[in-house]
Amino acid sequence: MSFKQKFALAVLTVAVAASLGAGFLAQSSYSEQFRDAISAPPSAHFWLGTDELGRDRFARLLYGTRVSLLLAPAAALLSTLIAALIGGAAGFLGGRWERLVTAGVDLFLSLPWLFLLLAVRALLPLNTSPVTSVMITFLLLGCLGWAAPARMIRAGTRTLVSSDFLVQASASGISRWRLFWRHLLPNLRPILLAQFWISIPLFILSEANLGLLGLGVAEPLPSWGAMLRDLENYSAILQNPWMLAPVVLLVTVVSCLQLLLRTEDRAAC
Amino acid sequence: MLTRTIAVLLLCGAAAASSASELRFCLRADPKTFNPLLVEDDASETIRYLTGGVLIRMNRYTQELEGELATKWKVSENGRRIDFDLRPGVRFSDGTPFSCQDVVYTMRQLMDPALHSPVGDSFRSAPGPVESKCEGSSGVTLRFPAPVAALALQFDQVAMLSAHSAAKESAVLGPFAMGEYKPGVHVLLRRNPNYWKRDANGRALPYLDAIRLDIQQNRELELLRFRRGELDIVNKLDPEMYDRLSSEMPHAVMDAGPSLDWETVFFNQVETAPLPEYKRRWFRSDEFRRGISEGIRRDDMVRIVYRGHARPAVGPVSPANRFWLNPALQATSGSESAVLALLEHAGFRRSGSALLDRDGNKVEFSMITNAGNKLHERMLALMQQDLARFGIQLNVVTLDFPSLIERISRTFNYEAVLMAFTNVDQDPSAQMNIWVSSAANHQWNPEEKTPATPWEAEIDKLMAAQAGSQDRAKRKAYFDRVQQIVAEKAPIVFLVNPNALSAVSPSIKNVTPAALRPQIYWNVEHLQVGNPLVSQK
Repeated sequence: MSFKQKFALAVLTVAVAASLGAGFLAQSSYSEQFRDAISAPPSAHFWLGTDELGRDRFARLLYGTRVSLLLAPAAALLSTLIAALIGGAAGFLGGRWERLVTAGVDLFLSLPWLFLLLAVRALLPLNTSPVTSVMITFLLLGCLGWAAPARMIRAGTRTLVSSDFLVQASASGISRWRLFWRHLLPNLRPILLAQFWISIPLFILSEANLGLLGLGVAEPLPSWGAMLRDLENYSAILQNPWMLAPVVLLVTVVSCLQLLLRTEDRAAC
Repeated sequence: MLTRTIAVLLLCGAAAASSASELRFCLRADPKTFNPLLVEDDASETIRYLTGGVLIRMNRYTQELEGELATKWKVSENGRRIDFDLRPGVRFSDGTPFSCQDVVYTMRQLMDPALHSPVGDSFRSAPGPVESKCEGSSGVTLRFPAPVAALALQFDQVAMLSAHSAAKESAVLGPFAMGEYKPGVHVLLRRNPNYWKRDANGRALPYLDAIRLDIQQNRELELLRFRRGELDIVNKLDPEMYDRLSSEMPHAVMDAGPSLDWETVFFNQVETAPLPEYKRRWFRSDEFRRGISEGIRRDDMVRIVYRGHARPAVGPVSPANRFWLNPALQATSGSESAVLALLEHAGFRRSGSALLDRDGNKVEFSMITNAGNKLHERMLALMQQDLARFGIQLNVVTLDFPSLIERISRTFNYEAVLMAFTNVDQDPSAQMNIWVSSAANHQWNPEEKTPATPWEAEIDKLMAAQAGSQDRAKRKAYFDRVQQIVAEKAPIVFLVNPNALSAVSPSIKNVTPAALRPQIYWNVEHLQVGNPLVSQK
């Protein structure tokens, strides 16, 4: 592991630890409104000031980080697993299966999934708690995010299937099942890891985009997406630059995730 | 030399880009129709206001009716009949003379059931034809099958059509006529050369040569273009934009005080709604609804969400509506003891941090609102904390607008909703479709076959009485009582009346902002584009 990667890992560890220890680090609840201190500047009590409802920005940033940093990797894992199964099987089996999956992936990528997210949000029971609601949002993102990685994995699998060592293994009479699990999947590891790592920032940004549409995490639960909505008011940013903290953290985390990728993994993206 | 040439070219370009007598502002969407009788949407209404000639116009500033194409009018037979004396010598924009036959033709078109005119609905007090006949060369008599509430005021919405012009709806009597329409881009209105009105010095109005209405949905872009001087008016600003602009261009922003609009909450009281029985009982309890209403700190909403640009609402009439407001209504106290007393009287009790009903059910309900509306989201966040003081858990659900409408008007699968109502009319008759129990927009329980409660039955009678009376004082008394019942029973919880906020370029002269729509250009024929520097001085 290079120095850069160690540094990135340290930053991510600190971010995750801080978000998990939000209850100890933050002096206020993320939802408590201090109505006599709306849009307050940073102070000893409010390290990043307060938002327009008088809520502690630092507390909201920590809890928002917890939501985004825990759920985005979970969604990325889910989408990568689905992609590995579908893309890997298509590339391995070849023929009409491959054509079918390719067509399916193309179709899937061309559909406007935002409307599905809108529809699911509209169909959820009204008294769904904010936590359940955000978990469903990320679950959906995970279920819908498999198509692009599946395409990469299928292509990678095709290359591997025609490689000398697999042809030799196949010729020596190894079963197709064993061939898939023991020889193919381990060699797909760089692609799978790369797809996993690049999916995490993608899902964080997707949630942020949904937040910008007002369809992300429900009040009063914070998320990076919900906090990014405050940045629509650019003149307020100039007066209160600490409002940029969620952006800084988002960029830092996404950059660190990219740095964590090994050179060969990055090449597989 | 080259620099000087470029500077001259730039100056010429700027001058050409900004015609001295063209007013520019934005429509949020394409107009759905140019037929003034079919207007339903905001954009079409703007076009109708700017191009349509009406018999009677309500002055948005004084809130009094004034004759336009009619010099005199008289309502008689308890609101069934109206006689107009028409202004002589008036011509449509294409030169066709205006006569009583045009009024008769317009009314016939308006009341044609096949046309489904939303404006015509205001006149349909009972089945049967409208008798319309010319009286001499400049008189018209209209007789309706039953009394029409606020009959004269209804003509503010009726733009006259030409019976004889080949141009049909394009022949207009308003200050401007249709020039050019590029879908998705702009609507260009040109000065009506035959407009009848003149200023005090006898100069023909309007002063402006044209109005350019750019179709622009994005409010941020609209504001940016206003800042760059590409637009002259932003007719409805939200408080955040207003404050932002106010700090940069203090002379350009205008706060005309409370508008007629409401921000409201109502609970689902529909009999067939898919709600647990105990929740239905809560929502039908007068004390529960009043308790919620009392528990919401409206002052905080005004201060924090609206940045002071709103007024806590006391009922269905805005302070902007000076005549119809019931002055006896008091703002809610918001005191904890008052709220707890109401809730305890309704059988609710505190248990730890939660509020329980008499059967031990925890008081928790959801409130839906339209996604992407920052003001609503903030109001809901404030309400969450306000109600949490009493152990009530409020779950916020933001939905896309079609889903929201589907739930509140078809499936009734909701518990409570936060909604904005836009009012364009001051007269209580415009609220018939909300307060009458059989009406489709009786939102908390639409289209009741018979009034579900005695107080709804009383409101039905009062609304019918005010609609059937031509005595303004009596109508006021009836509607005052309606306002009082609404305050006591809280079927709709009125939160705030947002202020009418707008931005106007300092180069526009004769602007007199009013609380009623259209706030800035209601006197469009008198607006002038001048030198901004001179105007600012």
